[in-house]
Amino acid sequence: MASYIIKRLLTAIPVIIGLSIIVFLIMAMIPGDPALALLGSYATPENVARINRDLGLDRSLPEQYFIWVANLVQGDFGRSYILNRPVIDEVLERLSATLILAGVSLVLCSVFGLIAGIVSAVRQFGWTDRIVTFFVLIGISMPAFWLGLIFILVFAVQLRVLPASGMYAVYGGGDLPDLLRHLIMPAVTLAIVATGVIARLTRAAMLEVLRQDFVRTARAKGLNERTVIFKHALRAALVSIIPVIGVQAGFVLGGAVYIETVFQWPGLGAMLVQAVSTRDLLLVQGGVLVAATLYVLVNLAADVAQAMLDPRLKS
Amino acid sequence: MTGSAISIDNVTKTFGGGRSLFGGEQHAVHAVRGVSLELKDGETLAIVGESGSGKSTLARMLVGLERPTSGTMTIGGASADELARQGPQAFGRMIQYVFQDPVASLNPRKTIRQILDVPLRRLRGLDSGARKARMRELLDAVQMPVDTLERYPHEFSGGQAQRIAIARALAANARILVLDEPVSALDVSVQAQVLLLLDQLKEEFGLSYLFISHDLAVVESVSDRVAVMYLGEVVEIGDAQDLFRQPEHEYTRNLIESAPRLAGAEKT
Amino acid sequence: MSETALPSAAAPQSGRLSSWQLLMANRLAAVGLFALSAILLIAILAPILPLPDPDITDQPNRLLPPLSPGHLLGTDHLGRDILSRLIWGTQVSILVGISATAIAALIGSLIGLSAGYVGGKADNIMMRLIDMLMAFPYILLALAIVAVLGPGLLNALYAIAVVNIPFFARNIRGVTLSIRHSEFVDAARLSGKGHLAILFTEVLPNVLPVIVITMSTTVGWMILETAGLSFLGLGAQPPTSDLGSMLGQGRAQLFTAPHVSMVPGIMIFLLVMSINLLGDGIRDVLDPRLRSGALNRPMAVTTIDRAVKPEPRKANAALLEVANLETGFRSGNRVNAAVKGVSFSLNKGECLGLIGESGSGKSVTALSLLGLVASPPGVISNGAVYLDGEDVLSQPDSQIVAQRGGRVSYVFQDPLTTLHPLFSVGDQIAEAITAHQRMDGKTARAQAVELMETVGIRDAQQRASAYPHELSGGQRQRIGIAMALANDPDVIIADEPTTALDVTVQARILELLQKLRRERGLALLLITHDFGVVAQICDRVAVMKDGEIVEQGETSDVLRAPQHAYTKRLIACVPELGVGRAFLDKVRPLFSGKGAEA
Repeated sequence: MASYIIKRLLTAIPVIIGLSIIVFLIMAMIPGDPALALLGSYATPENVARINRDLGLDRSLPEQYFIWVANLVQGDFGRSYILNRPVIDEVLERLSATLILAGVSLVLCSVFGLIAGIVSAVRQFGWTDRIVTFFVLIGISMPAFWLGLIFILVFAVQLRVLPASGMYAVYGGGDLPDLLRHLIMPAVTLAIVATGVIARLTRAAMLEVLRQDFVRTARAKGLNERTVIFKHALRAALVSIIPVIGVQAGFVLGGAVYIETVFQWPGLGAMLVQAVSTRDLLLVQGGVLVAATLYVLVNLAADVAQAMLDPRLKS
Repeated sequence: MTGSAISIDNVTKTFGGGRSLFGGEQHAVHAVRGVSLELKDGETLAIVGESGSGKSTLARMLVGLERPTSGTMTIGGASADELARQGPQAFGRMIQYVFQDPVASLNPRKTIRQILDVPLRRLRGLDSGARKARMRELLDAVQMPVDTLERYPHEFSGGQAQRIAIARALAANARILVLDEPVSALDVSVQAQVLLLLDQLKEEFGLSYLFISHDLAVVESVSDRVAVMYLGEVVEIGDAQDLFRQPEHEYTRNLIESAPRLAGAEKT
Repeated sequence: MSETALPSAAAPQSGRLSSWQLLMANRLAAVGLFALSAILLIAILAPILPLPDPDITDQPNRLLPPLSPGHLLGTDHLGRDILSRLIWGTQVSILVGISATAIAALIGSLIGLSAGYVGGKADNIMMRLIDMLMAFPYILLALAIVAVLGPGLLNALYAIAVVNIPFFARNIRGVTLSIRHSEFVDAARLSGKGHLAILFTEVLPNVLPVIVITMSTTVGWMILETAGLSFLGLGAQPPTSDLGSMLGQGRAQLFTAPHVSMVPGIMIFLLVMSINLLGDGIRDVLDPRLRSGALNRPMAVTTIDRAVKPEPRKANAALLEVANLETGFRSGNRVNAAVKGVSFSLNKGECLGLIGESGSGKSVTALSLLGLVASPPGVISNGAVYLDGEDVLSQPDSQIVAQRGGRVSYVFQDPLTTLHPLFSVGDQIAEAITAHQRMDGKTARAQAVELMETVGIRDAQQRASAYPHELSGGQRQRIGIAMALANDPDVIIADEPTTALDVTVQARILELLQKLRRERGLALLLITHDFGVVAQICDRVAVMKDGEIVEQGETSDVLRAPQHAYTKRLIACVPELGVGRAFLDKVRPLFSGKGAEA
């Protein structure tokens, strides 16, 4: 197992290098002079030259890349001209908020998605299945940002049971219960689509597996139905479900962009939206790179979990 | 004149073993190791072996679906390398192939007419009238009704599909046929009919067969000579009657002893 | 063999329903199609509908509630008519969503097709690049692209298209790869087709349904995502507006005039929902597995719905006695019978062979005995299975389940698919023991190792922790047999136990079965298509054809002097070693004339 994890970690390195190249190239492809874009009407020839030098834009592309990477490795992601602080400080501060939100959402959608999918498959064509299928369909057709607004209207404005926005109350907050009260609505909203996707896939995977010969063998041994479904079928189905949960981590991280904006959650997503609107490109670059690296690591964990379940993948 | 339809000289096929994208060496599989064989004109040569013996790989090389790693092959008097250079049509005119799973070898989204049309057009270059006439002849030869043409592969049973696949192989007028387990997916009664058909077609069109099978009894009933393959090598080759009566190689003996017999009622 | 026909049995002459009929038979999909058509129609008719100009502002009449005179859905913060803006905005959203899907599908499919078809290094490189794109959390890549290109509807469209290309490329590549290695592609090559011709005339027609499925299941998603970018203010810019930007602008009035943001939200939801309903319907129609019902969940025990309830007990019965068994497969209101009144008996220590060609119902018979026929669609519609005089089929489900692997156990055909791939073989055998006997894990495991030794596996202690894929075919089947022996059964039902094996391995497995039978006094019901196997180990044989036993008797008698015409023909068709070329002459008279059975 250890050797598999190490091997898998090594394959993540070229992926992360690839990510950095793509991010770098996207930023390098910006049409027009970035210095002009940054400075707007403050552009004087001296300012432009200074910024070009600061950004290293007077060098060749590969050179720029290597300088950029060397700086990244030392924790230097550049400076946000709009916020006037180092990009890395802003990103790390925002990252913790996003990790809480996305982490809780991922747990919610995995748990509920799996349960809904299994129940739905086991009771195929029954009423439970129809109800689950119906809600799943609503879930994946719902614009999450709109659902967030509805939640705010209902729970914050009408019922006044939950706070409408932010991560902590301005006065007297800051403890865990306060955080949880703020977390419920954004986390649930963010989890809904992913729950639908996982539930659908789990249902399909379970139905597929239940038809396999080895399930018939399990039945032929005289095992009771619960063991057949939860030990034999579910275990085999999980092998194909786990990578999808990994992919959902990406959707949850991406969805955070909307949800954090709607609920004014001080995370990476809301930061990126602001940075894109103000064209604070170094901040976009840093934020995207950190989020993407995080996602690669989550998928790596999913791969390892999958290999732990499936001995065929290790060899 | 009894020339040779196929002659294979010291042919080897190794899969993998190259270098991966990151330079690591890959595990090599030696599917065929230095095989030399000759199929004479008008003869049926059987290749017998179990799974992993390399018999199918050898067959795929003969029709140009795989390239040998080393060694030379001559097909109908032409060098295989030369044929490969000329493209798939050159191979197709010289030698044809009948697959084990007849249903899988017919594209599910094409009618039988469309399937038979391809070799007649591409390999024979016939005009549409000639193609129509030839299709009737072919169906007649494999004893299928004319309304077969407008139907889709899934509408036929395994035996019927195999007849259609044989018709396609005959369409190109190639004189050499590689039959890769042509009856092993079929029920016994259907199997017997297809074997009869193959026998009759051989007479009718003067064909040479390379007949690949794992079933010794089937092989004995159709072949002139037999080659036994084991782990990529030909361990024994000889006249069918002699080989079954007096197997030389240990493995051949084991194979023959293992074959279930109807008269096996001498239970101990 | 268990060809489950389509639900609607009253098929017209063609015997097959058209895809359109199937789609309409799916009520949800029909609703989706209807709703989508209505929305599309209104969106297309936008220019000729009597609507106020969506961009005319009217400050005095701002934020009017719905149902206000002249403004059916009210007005927004600039006093613009919401209904008019909604219809025009819908048009924009649909156009953008469909365009993004088309771009992603075209580019993604081309990449997938070429990578899958060419294979090798080119495939490797292309797929690594695709993996790179996929390594970005979905919408963040779109965000980065918009950050570079600048906000705007077209840029949002490109961004959404680009991030969806990998999805198409991967899906299409997977299918292409499997088709590329199918025999009909090889056959086309031998028929003289070049690579391009094969790719576009042989492979593409088979990949097309997958492209359509992928498109129909992603277009709703892409509409949502472009709306999302617009909602964030990064998509449609004023004066253009789509549903997302309407929603985004309305958000500021969420507390004072919620209808301004709710109305476009409802529209997005309805639009995407109708597309998803239709998309699922299309997928169900085009996916052959769903069509054939292959994805139905089989129940624990076959449905038992017997016309006549037999006596639950029978005196002086043999060890296993099957009486008038009928099993069929439900298809709509009909039941297509696969086993039609089969009766036989099996005594202690005896070996009965059940032989027949494919479709004869022999395997269904074997599986019916303990209710293992997949159901739906399977149903046991008549008969009784007496085990020591007690009818198994009269017992409640839980008791039928408890019988399995106890006094009666099964050995199946292909041990690679019948063993669970994720559990070690030792655990799988131990599980068979603990399902029937109370004992701790360690003892069960030790017994499992013993059983492995019994069936002739060397280094059993060590092999017990191996997984099925690490064993050879013959070893795997030995594990299958060890599992069947776990609870010292009286009867083993072996369903084509050696069909997937090479002859030399088959001989060893048959020897093993024979030895166990003699040592343990086991009764063996052997299902096979091979007379040679029957001749080798069966005392008696029953010949099945079209769901019925046409002849049964002592093996040597049946083989030497078959009575029924079918048996005669069948035996005559078996080639035998030593007969040689005479075989063909022997069978030729059987098929003379064109009336031969295909």
